[in-house]
Amino acid sequence: MHDRLRKYRNRMMMGIFIIATLIALIPLFGILGYVVKNGLSALNWEFFINLPKAMGAPGGGMANSIVGTLIMVLIASLIGIPVGILTAIYLTEYDRTSWLSIGVRFATDVLTGIPSIIVGIVIYTAVVLRMGHFSALAGGLALSIIMIPLIIRSTEEMLKLVSHSIREAGYALGISKVKTILKIVLPTAAKGIITGAMLAVARVSGETAPLLFTALGNQYWARSLNEPIAALPVQIYQYATSPYKEWHQQAWAGSLVLISLVVILNLFARFVFRSRSN
Amino acid sequence: MSKKKKLTASLGDKTLRLLTLLMAISVLVLMVWMGWQMFDSARPSIDKFGFSFITGRVWDPVKEQFGALPFIYGTLVTSLLALIIAAPIGLGVAIFLNEMARSGVRSVIAFLVEMLAAIPSVVYGLWGIFVLVPWLRETVEPGLAKWFGFIPLFQGTPLGFGMLAGGLILAVMILPTIAAISVEVMAAVPNEQREAALALGATKWEMIRIAVLPYAKSGILGGVMLGLGRALGETMAVTMVIGNRPDILPSLFAPAYSIAAVIANEFTEATYDLYLSALVEVGLILFVITLILNVFARLLVWSVARGPKGGIS
Amino acid sequence: MGQSLSVRKLEAWYGSNQTLKGINMEIIPNQVTAIIGPSGCGKSTFVRCINRMHETLPGTKVKGEIILDGESVYDQDPVALRKSVGMVFQKANPFPSMSIYENVVAGLRLNGMKSKQKLQATAEKSLRMAALWDEVKDRLNYSGMSLSGGQQQRLCIARALAVEPSVLLMDEPASALDPIATTHIEELIRQLKENYTILIVTHNMQQAARIADSTAFFLNGELVEHGPTSDIFTNPHDKRTEDYITGRFG
Repeated sequence: MHDRLRKYRNRMMMGIFIIATLIALIPLFGILGYVVKNGLSALNWEFFINLPKAMGAPGGGMANSIVGTLIMVLIASLIGIPVGILTAIYLTEYDRTSWLSIGVRFATDVLTGIPSIIVGIVIYTAVVLRMGHFSALAGGLALSIIMIPLIIRSTEEMLKLVSHSIREAGYALGISKVKTILKIVLPTAAKGIITGAMLAVARVSGETAPLLFTALGNQYWARSLNEPIAALPVQIYQYATSPYKEWHQQAWAGSLVLISLVVILNLFARFVFRSRSN
Repeated sequence: MSKKKKLTASLGDKTLRLLTLLMAISVLVLMVWMGWQMFDSARPSIDKFGFSFITGRVWDPVKEQFGALPFIYGTLVTSLLALIIAAPIGLGVAIFLNEMARSGVRSVIAFLVEMLAAIPSVVYGLWGIFVLVPWLRETVEPGLAKWFGFIPLFQGTPLGFGMLAGGLILAVMILPTIAAISVEVMAAVPNEQREAALALGATKWEMIRIAVLPYAKSGILGGVMLGLGRALGETMAVTMVIGNRPDILPSLFAPAYSIAAVIANEFTEATYDLYLSALVEVGLILFVITLILNVFARLLVWSVARGPKGGIS
Repeated sequence: MGQSLSVRKLEAWYGSNQTLKGINMEIIPNQVTAIIGPSGCGKSTFVRCINRMHETLPGTKVKGEIILDGESVYDQDPVALRKSVGMVFQKANPFPSMSIYENVVAGLRLNGMKSKQKLQATAEKSLRMAALWDEVKDRLNYSGMSLSGGQQQRLCIARALAVEPSVLLMDEPASALDPIATTHIEELIRQLKENYTILIVTHNMQQAARIADSTAFFLNGELVEHGPTSDIFTNPHDKRTEDYITGRFG
């Protein structure tokens, strides 16, 4: 009798967990569904080629935002990926235990947890105010700060996965440490490191808050990196909070583009990694 | 005894070591610099308002009155609401993934949950404005008012925008974090523990309850704290649905303001130095809270599952 | 041609733990010398001191003399030294990011050899010496990880030989392999000793009896006895050796 009660309770709990999972997935399909439905209908050639049209007049596009995002993500990657990978190499290959490495790991943790708007504040006070204007450079810098701890963490994990025996094999052959690291360890961990980088890129592409007062946004093409520049997430935000219906539709379209980019990068990363572990 | 020739590092060795060392130091310096920069910019406001900054209820830039309590209130309420919803569901998802699902199903669902985490905040906000808020305004909030209107939490005009919307959206956003860390922590529970429980004749749920959860307890708590940290700092989605009004009202239907939201909205409007400084100080409060929370959370997670990781499976 | 090795008063520490307590040993060139003993007796540490790999671990210390062909190993740059002393590890460790060919020539390529002909010639020669050429000659650009365990170990041997060392250190090279693969490795070792001085650490006494010309018995960081294999196994001088051989411990 008691056993039956226990069995029943077991069934019920298992059911609850399944329900929890389904509940968790509802918003995912809800959001993706709406983005695809509303975004698709507003997506057209003009969207990709045209600049925004004032006050929600039809025919505008988000060309400058898309390009702006690409530019700033590139800047962020050019800074963030080397700094991140080199730091990770330091932590795994040269110094796993000293106070410095503890400090650096702590800093990485802290940087991972910083709300991205704080990064925006810091770059604003340190760079924008000093330069006297908003700029793509400032935006790229802010994004790179977000990228660095992500790259450090994923790269470090991948380097740790390389068995120590491989390094020893290199040393035992009379290969110097630097060559062992660069030509044996890094290539072995390469796929995982690239995956981590792709995921970090996906993450910063969607960041809005740190750009709000560094890159600011721009209705036109930025003529140099020293000017405010449009970015896709920022433009989506501005359109979504505007009163114009046309702009709302463009916000959905922009979201579709942004989500597609993020999902593609994630899928790619998963596949690249999958083929490695097989 | 002859002197031993140590590993004479070649030029290449020395270069790489120096380069990586510099990068590592720069990361440490970056953190310190950011903290100092925040503090320095906030100093005028700190000096002027002192402790009353945190307790002050009035935020009026025109009259140069800056009290941050409304933002702290809005941030805390929405984040706690998000936690109350997301923690049990996230844990449930984690249990499903780790203890119930077969590997094929597990990969797919894990991927989907990761997708949930990958959606940018601004897209959540967009969906929030045009889908969630209308639904709350027309269906949920009137319903709650009808059935539970005697509780102050559910009184007031249903606007859709407000703390309930903020809390719900945050719940969806932090759920993947809680789920992912819980999965990782539960996976670190040694199988022998599970087998011991099963060998005693426990049902699956009893096994989870007796063997897995107690062992993973502190790690799960850490995951929840990390989720809280994320909720506290979340900017775009919240600012798009919370109503952006610096009021302190007991009802969940009421519009409110979060720390991140006020910074996002007013930073570029800050026309004079004290205003800017006050906004930075609000940010500093957020920075310090999330920092402490994150450090504690990581320690908890590491105590169960060695090493911080990212994804789910 | 293999070279002679002299070890005098060798002491080694791992942290505060002294793993070698004064080893004196003469290793005869062109012979296979087996190092046997129970777990933790210091045999791996001993062998890793010879090519100065022991120092690559943090918290280690070494004292004493190791003379390789008249020159102290401590007077040489360790990186250079390791080109004349090759090492094969317990678990085969081909480089995962490289093909079979690239693995074999890794030691040469990464130290600057560029001539394609020389590299290919050396690769073939080393693979033949490792008795692997016939099995892989048609798939040299396949990943090193695509081989079986025994083949991978022979690949590692080929890789070590390609650098043309005079001494070959083998740390339980067959312990992770099945009996047939083990037989291949043992046969290979017998052939190699013509041109190399080989030190092989093994926990398998039958293996030592099969392939080693002389055997050294280590216990608790000390060299208890060292002599021709037949002597050690049929007529050991030290009681501790006898106890180990007859299986009373270890």
